[in-house]
Amino acid sequence: MSVSANTTGTKVVKTTVLLIGALLLFAPFLFQDTRALEVAARICIFIVLVASYDLLIGYTGIVSFAHIMFFGFGAYGGAIALKQMGPGWDAVVVGALAGVAVSLVVAVAIGLLSLRVKAIFFAMITLAAASVALVLASQLSNFTGGEDGITYRAPSIFKTATKLMVDDDGKVMRIFGVKMNGKLAAYYFVFITSFVLFFAMVRLVGSPLGTVLKAIRENEARAEAIGYRVVSYRTFVFCIAALVASLSGTIYAIWLKYTGPDTVLSFSIMIDILLMVVIGGMGTMWGAVIGAVLMVIAQYYLRDLMGVAAEATANLPLLPHLLDPDRWLFWLGIIFILLVYFFPKGIAGTIMAKGEKS
Amino acid sequence: MTIHPSLVTKDLTIRFGGHVAVNAVSCDFRPGELTVIVGPNGAGKTTFFNLISGQLSATQGAVVKDGVDLTRMSPSARAHHGIGRAFQLTNLFPQLTVLENIRLAVQAHSGDGWRLFKRVESLTELTARAERYLEATKLTQVAHLPAAALSHGDQRKLEVALLMAMEPDIYMFDEPTAGMSLDHAPDVLDLIAEIKHDKTKTVLLVEHKMDVVRTLADRIIVLHNGELLADGAPDEVMSSDIVRDVYLGKSAVVA
Ligand SMILES: Nc1ncnc2c1ncn2[C@@H]1O[C@H](COP(=O)(O)OP(=O)(O)OP(=O)(O)O)[C@@H](O)[C@H]1O
Ligand SMILES: [Mg+2]
Repeated sequence: MSVSANTTGTKVVKTTVLLIGALLLFAPFLFQDTRALEVAARICIFIVLVASYDLLIGYTGIVSFAHIMFFGFGAYGGAIALKQMGPGWDAVVVGALAGVAVSLVVAVAIGLLSLRVKAIFFAMITLAAASVALVLASQLSNFTGGEDGITYRAPSIFKTATKLMVDDDGKVMRIFGVKMNGKLAAYYFVFITSFVLFFAMVRLVGSPLGTVLKAIRENEARAEAIGYRVVSYRTFVFCIAALVASLSGTIYAIWLKYTGPDTVLSFSIMIDILLMVVIGGMGTMWGAVIGAVLMVIAQYYLRDLMGVAAEATANLPLLPHLLDPDRWLFWLGIIFILLVYFFPKGIAGTIMAKGEKS
Repeated sequence: MTIHPSLVTKDLTIRFGGHVAVNAVSCDFRPGELTVIVGPNGAGKTTFFNLISGQLSATQGAVVKDGVDLTRMSPSARAHHGIGRAFQLTNLFPQLTVLENIRLAVQAHSGDGWRLFKRVESLTELTARAERYLEATKLTQVAHLPAAALSHGDQRKLEVALLMAMEPDIYMFDEPTAGMSLDHAPDVLDLIAEIKHDKTKTVLLVEHKMDVVRTLADRIIVLHNGELLADGAPDEVMSSDIVRDVYLGKSAVVA
């Protein structure tokens, strides 16, 4: 929201985000199992992806369903380049640039053709574009591996067998029990690139351009009347969001070493992004962090948690039945409804509005 | 003394279906001149403004400023050509603070809208200029409130502040004091008087209150059913019979 003055609520949110940042920074040392690292990396990437979507929906008021498509362009760019050129940094650069190039061309085309039309038509056009991309990814199986996707190798520094440091015996060195291996390098690659992208977006929304975007969201006609070419600004932010989504897709592809329609193009991920931005709080940037963390953790751990709860209540009637891990989606749904009910502006948005002096 | 007109409308016309809201209005406006536009409700005053600032496109005719034909331009392009406009119905950025509202208007013409990685707060020149308009409109006290939280009177002032912050050549005010309390209205009227005394600006003012018209107007034009009914010096127009018929009956109530 506009009231960026440091209210109590804003401080709470910023402290939380800082804490999450610290946890992610030390994640390999704090949570020493592969699944946890998987979760941490996914959180980093989704923070960037959701924040870039927030530029559109939260700051500028543009509803697009094509965001996942740009993520997919970046991921497939990286995947195809790594597959065809072999696991080198040249492939990473070529893949990232190819993804960005395709994303920008498509974003400019969609933007100029359709950002003038009504919001609902624009949303439909993005939906159609994303469907086409999904179909293409399945059809062009020579390139994309079709439904099965592509597996490939990442640059060798990210191989689990790679030793970043060795001890006196020539074995991989451990610091605080953590192996200094390629997996660790891969995580910090994800963390640092995500951090840089997120930080760039935070700067962007705090810049004069950020205020213009908010103005367009608030009152498009008046923004135009005082001299802002609304279509240009909209197209521009659509391109920036596409660019960031594409880069985060490439990073994800390098991390996963697998790219397929289900992991980078499916509409269920688009829905995840939407839920994360709504739960976290639109138009705040910090909301992306909170939404991504909660949602990814819920997706990974809610089932486990329910398994534990079901066992603990095994002797009671009905409860273990309700808490059966197979019903985790049902409970996730309930949690969403409660969150939206109690935090109508999203978690960050609602808390930041608290203690607002007005 | 011949001063070239800064703004010219030629045969300006707009039709909504069969209804002609502005009908072949040809008029010249000169720098240093304050023209009051009067006419009963629905006369087409606001529509005339919309045609000049670009919210509506003319069915026929042209809008020319300093020799440049603006008729087919978007509102933002016209703003860059020096057309500034305040709205009859308050038209702000409700969730943004008063300062942000004004800074946006300043920024639109400083070319800073495309600065990506500079923090807004660090553009001190921009903020300083915005603050000047805050002071001029006596809104400093509420600078950090969202526009939506202001009283009606303060929102009207902010509406005027946005126009001033654009620093245009042509100022168009559409009933700027409508619904304002008597102690607030003079603030706005003083500002308009100041612009007028600058002598380089062209001012168009839609106003019903007769005392305001009398003190500020250099010239009055009368619109009625979209047509230009009278155009001339205030005394001349006010005393003419047509104007009495179509207008003064109503204004006596308003004033
Ligand atoms: N977008 C539009 N579509 C259709 N008709 C319109 C539109 N805008 C204005 N009109 C019509 O044009 C006529 C002139 O309206 P306008 O708002 O210009 O009057 P006005 O002189 O500003 O009146 P007021 O004193 O009430 O502000 C009215 O009959 C109005 O209904
Ligand atoms: Mg009107």
